[in-house]
Amino acid sequence: MNNPHHLNPTSLKSRFTTRFLRALTKIRAQKPISSSSPTEIFRRYRRIKVAADKSMAYSVRSRRIWSRAMLWKLRSRSYRRQDPCSGRRFGKTNQAIMKKSSNENTTTRREDGVGFVEEADELRQLVPGGETMNLCNLLDETAHYIKCLTTQVQVMKKIADFYSF
Amino acid sequence: MSSQRSTSSNKITDDKLNALILRLQTLLPQLDQSRHGRVSAAKVLNEICSYIRRLQNEVDGLSGRLSQCLDSMDLTGFDAEIVRDLLQQ
Repeated sequence: MNNPHHLNPTSLKSRFTTRFLRALTKIRAQKPISSSSPTEIFRRYRRIKVAADKSMAYSVRSRRIWSRAMLWKLRSRSYRRQDPCSGRRFGKTNQAIMKKSSNENTTTRREDGVGFVEEADELRQLVPGGETMNLCNLLDETAHYIKCLTTQVQVMKKIADFYSF
Repeated sequence: MSSQRSTSSNKITDDKLNALILRLQTLLPQLDQSRHGRVSAAKVLNEICSYIRRLQNEVDGLSGRLSQCLDSMDLTGFDAEIVRDLLQQ
């Protein structure tokens, strides 16, 4: 009964792995029986990529600005696919996210004296929701985002290695 | 004086910023503090951006790999066992 290697079942890694495997099962079930054409494989690759991001964002939930931004993006993406005219509906949600993330001092221009405005702007493009964050939040969110990315890579690599011997 | 007030509030922000930048630096093995000591914030952010891009590309590549071997995946009966195995490694 005593398993010294037992990992915390509520850890981020564990939550992500469970969700992602579940998503993979669904994607696999959707495949048309006949073809493994390049188009089909490409479609699957795209679905898997979305599933990876979705699984991670849902594992983090709304505890982080970047995860909220990613969840919002994923949801509006799926809604838009069903109804191409629904884009405007999410204007309010975006404002809500912005209100939550930007505190007192928000604009990059104010931090002009610190000498890394360009690099910070570049970082904003890479971290989900980065454009709405003040500098402190951006640096804080980045650390967590990187931790989640490395977990994502680690788990996906293990799954891929496991099934491709 | 108002200037004094702004300087002291800037100091707090600067210390906080430095701490945040330092934390990011520890995530980068190539900028290991024992060897490089003090690195400019711009350089840290630069390396961080490259690192994030590299990780995102890895996710991309792994998604491709998984799309290729999805067929051979038996995910049904042994889900729990697989998850346990994976996490134990």
